[in-house]
Amino acid sequence: MENIKKLVLNTVSDAVIEEKQILTVTVEPKKLHLLAKTLKDNAELSFDFLVKLIGTDWGEKLGVTYLLSSSSDLSKEIVLKTGTEDRENPLLYSVTDLYETAHFNEREVYALLGIRFINNPDMRKFFLNSDWVGYPLRKDYDANPELNPVSLVSKEMIDVAPRIMETKDGFKEELVDIFDNDDYVINIGPQHPSTHGVMHFRTSLDGEIVKKIDVHSGYIHRGIEKLSESLTYPQILHFTDRLDYLSANINRHALCMCVEKAAEIEVPERAQYIRTIMDELNRIDSHLLAWACQTNDLGATTAFIYGMREREIILHIFEKTCGGRLIINQNVIGGVMFDIYDEFQKDVKSFIPYMREKLVEYDRFFSHNVIALGRMINIGNLTKEDAISYAVTGPAGRGSGWSCDIRKHQPYALYDKVQFKEIIRYENDSYARYLNRLDEIEESLKIIEQLIDNIPAGEICAKTKAIIKLPVGEYFQRVEACRGEFGVYIESRGDKTPYRLKFRSPSMALVSAMPLICKGEKISDFIGIGGSMDYVIPDIDR
Amino acid sequence: MILNYSQPLEFSNLSTWLDTTLRNNMSDSLALSIEFILVGVLLLAAYAVIALVLIYVERKITAFFQARFGPNRVGQYGLLQSLADMIKILLKEIILINKVDKFLFYAAPFFMVGASMLTFGAIAFGKGLQAVDFNIGVLYVTAVSSLGIIGVLLAGWSSNNKYSMIGAMRSGAQFVSYELSAGFALMTMVVLSGTMQFSEIINQQTYCWNIFNGHISSIIAFFIYLISGHAETNRGPFDLPEAESELTAGYHTEYSGLQFGFFYLAEYLNMFIIASIATAVFLGGWMPIQIKGWDAFNQIMNYIPSYVWFFSKTGVLIFFSLWVRWSFPRLRIDQLLNLEWKYLLPINLVNLLVMVILVLTGLTLTDLFPSWF
Repeated sequence: MENIKKLVLNTVSDAVIEEKQILTVTVEPKKLHLLAKTLKDNAELSFDFLVKLIGTDWGEKLGVTYLLSSSSDLSKEIVLKTGTEDRENPLLYSVTDLYETAHFNEREVYALLGIRFINNPDMRKFFLNSDWVGYPLRKDYDANPELNPVSLVSKEMIDVAPRIMETKDGFKEELVDIFDNDDYVINIGPQHPSTHGVMHFRTSLDGEIVKKIDVHSGYIHRGIEKLSESLTYPQILHFTDRLDYLSANINRHALCMCVEKAAEIEVPERAQYIRTIMDELNRIDSHLLAWACQTNDLGATTAFIYGMREREIILHIFEKTCGGRLIINQNVIGGVMFDIYDEFQKDVKSFIPYMREKLVEYDRFFSHNVIALGRMINIGNLTKEDAISYAVTGPAGRGSGWSCDIRKHQPYALYDKVQFKEIIRYENDSYARYLNRLDEIEESLKIIEQLIDNIPAGEICAKTKAIIKLPVGEYFQRVEACRGEFGVYIESRGDKTPYRLKFRSPSMALVSAMPLICKGEKISDFIGIGGSMDYVIPDIDR
Repeated sequence: MILNYSQPLEFSNLSTWLDTTLRNNMSDSLALSIEFILVGVLLLAAYAVIALVLIYVERKITAFFQARFGPNRVGQYGLLQSLADMIKILLKEIILINKVDKFLFYAAPFFMVGASMLTFGAIAFGKGLQAVDFNIGVLYVTAVSSLGIIGVLLAGWSSNNKYSMIGAMRSGAQFVSYELSAGFALMTMVVLSGTMQFSEIINQQTYCWNIFNGHISSIIAFFIYLISGHAETNRGPFDLPEAESELTAGYHTEYSGLQFGFFYLAEYLNMFIIASIATAVFLGGWMPIQIKGWDAFNQIMNYIPSYVWFFSKTGVLIFFSLWVRWSFPRLRIDQLLNLEWKYLLPINLVNLLVMVILVLTGLTLTDLFPSWF
């Protein structure tokens, strides 16, 4: 990282470099784009993966924190920070031309903090209506419900986007149309059986062919990040389950680890085993549902029910362990809340061969069906470059040939002690993503097999103080959730509540890539591709 | 003829008795009009009952495929479930929708039901159990069954809904394409039988079903007919017009209550109609299994009434249709049209030619082994 420091100082001489959990560089707004570009173009170690883009109200400044990583080695990280003192009309420079994933994230920052980004091609508010009063994540936000009453009037969709472009003679504010005037636009969502939740795609069609997709999100935005700022850490835990509810346990694991790392709490060995096994069961559960839903999106209802049938067994194991089925409330800061029950090992061990048998059945029933192949092979191509630029991780990113498994690159819990393969395919299409999930189920079974007999005796939860206060600082934690990289960022000012908490949502990256990979495909394939990406909406609408 | 064995359970006994009684007691014209009304009422009743039974059967069979129970609460084994559903759908509110083309919107379901009812009349349910028996029966069936598409197109157009519109357009493309294949497959068999009259076609198949008689050519025509018939009924894997994962419900998205019920009913009935026409043309219709010279065997087979034979053969075909529906994912529109125009239609044309050659050169089974059949 010494070379990187030199590179940073060579590029921006007045950059402030701090050694924190991750190397942090603070620069002036004008220099940020240059620095990001230099880091991205760095041949030796290219920081071409924008993991998180976090807007924060620091009081004196409104600013943005970028967590960059290298696509070839995810353990290499650097944090860039910039901010502006102008609270009336805060403007920063966009990095959308370098990292496509910044597009939606910057729109989110605009909605929640009011910072507008110069050169972002579409500066509408994400999540919030354009007429929303106030910026929720600002510390001086007025949450009075009378300011933003619930509207009972049906509003027309206005497909016009404002933006600020930098030209030779200053900044130019302009409005651009999203669609052409004579486009045949249909609304897929917010109420639609195949958007997997309350997602809204404005889709313009040319016959059966998708011309352009405009993503609208935020129908179930709950402001979890804002809520968290007034809650203590143990109280925040349950929010993680309500993000991507299908990888509830893994999300919670991430937040627990982030707090444990900051508060220097040692997690007992037994709890680590339980957490890892539960995470992998959760992954199998999620992948089964993803497989089932994808087949259902392609019109095969029977396959859907087969997936649900196997998933039920895992849910039953969860239920016996801690009473919850989907959201299991297992992880707490310092360990796990419930010990495994007596028959747990027996149940899990009988599930493993059963699941293997069923994987063969899936393979025979659906994976080689001629219609299914026609609907998946060479459909929805996402190249590796695009996957990195749009920050598409998880089975979808690995279907594009990108090794992006956090369990391998930055092992946490017990992942450095177990043997498993990272499943990577290079076909870039829906079918690669489909097969990746099935193969990852097998790898998860292997991980569980290696751990299930060796669970050590002992405590399941470390003793923690009644009120957990984190020392001043910024803490990052990345984990491999079922849909890709899930991340937690906590900025603490020494209180029992976080100053700023941010979750990285893997699904948002998946959805942001949808307009790209669906362009020119048939409308029925658009649904099929959505199934292969497997996004979960509450994960986007945090 | 061969069927002079005792057939105590045959429906024709009842109908002959009824006819004689009526004619003995009143003038011929009055007797005829009573008979016409009776036939009409019976057909309508059969139409509803068969649909209800099919819905129940489909739900149970699907449940079996999908490791579920299916309906099991209303009545023993859920037998009354479809009856309860029917009552529910009759009582449901018909939602009036703004901005639809009212006349066309309300007319559309009747086209669907009308078309399938007209076709329904031409089905030979058993010996003497056939309402319409034209000498151009095959042509009639092909013609009236294609009226249904008008209903679908009207529904899609008048709903003023973009999903419905896409669904209806798909349906139009699909129906026009597959109607061709179905028609050609039937034509192939007409070449073999030399007649278009259903009763005649069935009678010819006493000892040798058409599917065996024309061997290669018949079998190809049979499969093509099943595939295209399946596609015509808009059922999976060809259910693109109502593809629920992309178009919510396609052309009938905006319909509710009884109007939706009509579409639903017509869908099931169309499945039945396709299966029964395939039965009549390829599998000997209501004809029992007969083997020349095995008189005792033939007598036993004949003891089973002809309508049982008809419904069991049709049932087997319907089971195949369900099996396919619940196993395959949905085709995409271009794959669907490719299948028809690039594969089925050319095969069909060649097949028709092959059949003509078979018939002309005397290579059908009945020609080759006249002593067996």
